Amino acid sequence: MHASTQQDGASAGALPTIDAVMQQVAEHKGCGTQGGSGKASCGSAAGQGDLPTEIWEKVKNHPCYSEEAHHHYARMHVAVAPACNIQCNYCNRKYDCANESRPGVVSERLTPEQAAKKVLAVASTIPQMTVLGIAGPGDPLANPAKTFKTFELISQTAPDIKLCLSTNGLALPDHVDTIARYNVDHVTITINMVDPEIGAMIYPWIFWKHKRYTGVEAAKILTDRQLQGLEMLTERGILCKVNSVMIPGVNDRHLVEVNRAVKSRGAFLHNIMPLISAPEHGTVFGLTGQRGPTAQELKALQDSCEGEMNMMRHCRQCRADAVGLLGEDRSAEFTTDKIMEMEVAYDLDGRKAYQAKVEEERVAKVAAKQEELATLAGESSDITLLVAVATKGSGLINEHFGHAKEFQVYELSTAGAKFVGHRRVDLYCQGGYGDEGSLETVIRAINDCHAVFVAKIGGCPKDDLTKAGIEPVDGYAHEFIEKSAIAWFKGYLEKVTSGALEHHPRGDAAIRQGALIVAA
Amino acid sequence: MALKIIASQCTSCSACEAECPNVAISEKNGTFVINPKKCTECLGHFDAPQCAAVCPVDNTCVIDTSYPRYQIPA
Repeated sequence: MHASTQQDGASAGALPTIDAVMQQVAEHKGCGTQGGSGKASCGSAAGQGDLPTEIWEKVKNHPCYSEEAHHHYARMHVAVAPACNIQCNYCNRKYDCANESRPGVVSERLTPEQAAKKVLAVASTIPQMTVLGIAGPGDPLANPAKTFKTFELISQTAPDIKLCLSTNGLALPDHVDTIARYNVDHVTITINMVDPEIGAMIYPWIFWKHKRYTGVEAAKILTDRQLQGLEMLTERGILCKVNSVMIPGVNDRHLVEVNRAVKSRGAFLHNIMPLISAPEHGTVFGLTGQRGPTAQELKALQDSCEGEMNMMRHCRQCRADAVGLLGEDRSAEFTTDKIMEMEVAYDLDGRKAYQAKVEEERVAKVAAKQEELATLAGESSDITLLVAVATKGSGLINEHFGHAKEFQVYELSTAGAKFVGHRRVDLYCQGGYGDEGSLETVIRAINDCHAVFVAKIGGCPKDDLTKAGIEPVDGYAHEFIEKSAIAWFKGYLEKVTSGALEHHPRGDAAIRQGALIVAA
Repeated sequence: MALKIIASQCTSCSACEAECPNVAISEKNGTFVINPKKCTECLGHFDAPQCAAVCPVDNTCVIDTSYPRYQIPA
């Protein structure tokens, strides 16, 4: 699959020289100054944007830190850290279903030795896998021996792979020096509040210094430790991203304050994620009927925090054993049984050569977007709208409508195309024929979009989408997303100006809460 | 008395294993078990049994009444 998309990328147009493009990237003032709505998500413009060079160097190939990189580079999580030291009302560790994709869920636990073998196996099969993260299924720092042993083994055998970890922060201040020693250069802290009163509604208890604390007292300790850990990491030059779960009616408005608090302590990226909550997950919030936010509510909060700092909008809230590009999960290919049978030779040069090809493709994508953007320069219009895109990576419109497990959402205006999120959907096409029920699910998920860009689409869904007011666009198959979206938007504006089309705003869309069904 | 782990509720998260001051907890057949001969209910070590305090599932690390109360040796 990846080999073919690479070729698609290479054939999508004549490549300008790398120098010329890098010059364009350098001249491009980045996310901050282009759009009317302030700073865009990190890397959602062509590249470096207004990030300092030393930070850009660290994040440019990191799918979880750079929106632009996540189209090209893959990550994997190894589930070596089962224990946790806090309880969250949105997490339930008891049920594990292979069809579920949410944090805290894994199919099997690994020893550090098994994890190291798995990393080598995956890195050899997926050369664009550049990042190894430990994200649980519990808290990595509640399992420090297993977590750091895994990092040690991997840094010996696969020195080019970036190490990162994701923590609730309670034990973080105790481990900052070890994190620095193992060259872990990316840490994600989940911070849902800085007000213990609100924290008490999210965390029933924490386990700290051999004691279980509850209520406001627990939340006070947790927030103090989280912010202290964040400060200690940024002092040492370790990049910090902050994750926050948006829980309507509990911390939704408060997250603006959280955003300010983490920004002032040096976090460089804030990722506000929607609560995943359904009764079948067996979480406290699932059972009390606490709802998650709608697509519009989530985007409004992300937009309101954006003036303060870089916002991340491409998070897929993946499992603690996910493998592959964000939005895909190839973990079933790499179960312990399969890995232990695999003969693995680590081909560092081969990986480097492959990644060099990926870089060429990225540069071409940036150039194509810049060229198309230039043609919008004279346009002025207040119209801002969303479009959905079916893609399987490489920044191309290269997925069949019926095969898409998710759609990426771009906001279009005369300032250009800006990635603003993604929508999970059930597979619409299963066994080659359409299914009415799942098409409705897709329409609900992208109901706020004016158009959907696909590589291919059948006659039936095409008619239904048109009826629902969403234009199916298949004229840009296998072309670059942003370039195509800008070209289409230009045409749209012309039609509105000439009176051939009337512009109407669209309604809200639903964020899917249920299980993500594995493709294979 | 010692503590025991209700196997049907155990998520095998292993959090208890590391907290036990007596190294009384180990993995058996996919879940964790407490060796009642080693368990001291954390008396003399901590205010509350550590396995129960850290366990993510309520009422999973519980007192096993089939054993006599642990006595701190004189």
